[in-house]
Amino acid sequence: MSDATETADGLVTKRFLYVNRKAPHGTVYALEVLEMILVAAMYEQDVHVAFLDDGVFQLRKNQATEELEMKDFSKTYRALEDYGVEKIFLEKESMEERGLTPDDLVIPAATIDRKQMTELMDSMDVVLSA
Amino acid sequence: MHYQLNDQQIEHDEEGYIVDIAQWSEPLAEHIAQSENLAMTSEHWEVISILREYYQEYQIAPAIRVLTKQVAKRLGDGKGSNKYLYELFPYGPAKQACKIAGLPKPTGCV
Amino acid sequence: MLHLVNKSPFERTTLEACLRRAAPGSGILLYEDGVYAALAGTSFAPTIANATNAFDIFVLAPDLAARGYAPDAVIDGVRTIDYDGFVDLTIEKQSVQSWL
Repeated sequence: MSDATETADGLVTKRFLYVNRKAPHGTVYALEVLEMILVAAMYEQDVHVAFLDDGVFQLRKNQATEELEMKDFSKTYRALEDYGVEKIFLEKESMEERGLTPDDLVIPAATIDRKQMTELMDSMDVVLSA
Repeated sequence: MHYQLNDQQIEHDEEGYIVDIAQWSEPLAEHIAQSENLAMTSEHWEVISILREYYQEYQIAPAIRVLTKQVAKRLGDGKGSNKYLYELFPYGPAKQACKIAGLPKPTGCV
Repeated sequence: MLHLVNKSPFERTTLEACLRRAAPGSGILLYEDGVYAALAGTSFAPTIANATNAFDIFVLAPDLAARGYAPDAVIDGVRTIDYDGFVDLTIEKQSVQSWL
């Protein structure tokens, strides 16, 4: 575990990792985690976001949800930058198993392998996984 | 609960946010503003239009910090401040302006 | 018989359980997160490509579209249908078995 860092005004900033492992529309997990990330970003935490397993499908381009009468929240990932969330990671193996390349996704992200994912998870103060 | 606009009833939640975004119109925005004792000016409309475009693009109502940055980018630094936005929308630029713009309450506002 | 599968094959074993028990000639409809099984170029694709020899496999187009995939992203031999096609299929196959 890393030590939480203290900012100039004395607030303790913790390293948070949000782990996305679910496909986007079949369950509510993906949308709920995204909302949690937006809230956490407002509290000036050091937010990291990882997409692995079926979670990589959340970022797929061209999602057209009109016929399902569901919200297309894939557009919202593009707002993460405005919220200061820029530490975004994809797991290489999960992408390959699902036939996805970074060009298929709505936002750029750092591609890391499974071993690096282990290290990322292990270096966090708080990990929330869904 | 609903807003009565001419012969049309537009449903809203307990805080006044409309339920179906598709039912929004400029006359409705005027009506909601009036019910909050706010007279809409061109300065108000500028912000409403930025909010609606942001929602269209990203499917979320921006948090105040994000809205302020957007306003600064689009309308200049003079308008991109908390102070300016609070003067326009005294009950909170994100909360009140989103209500008038027909958007949901910004994520993270309680 | 029409078998219905709505879980991702990468996360659950539902589809494999179905493939092991469905009678040859049965229909299998992939919908909701089940549509990921129908995509070409994934690590699961060979299993479905092989299964098209024994079963009539269908995938629901609106669920594919919602997830960002056009009908041409699916494996050869898997047929894309819409909601009307789904209704016709349940009539044609007479009975339905849902694998949840």
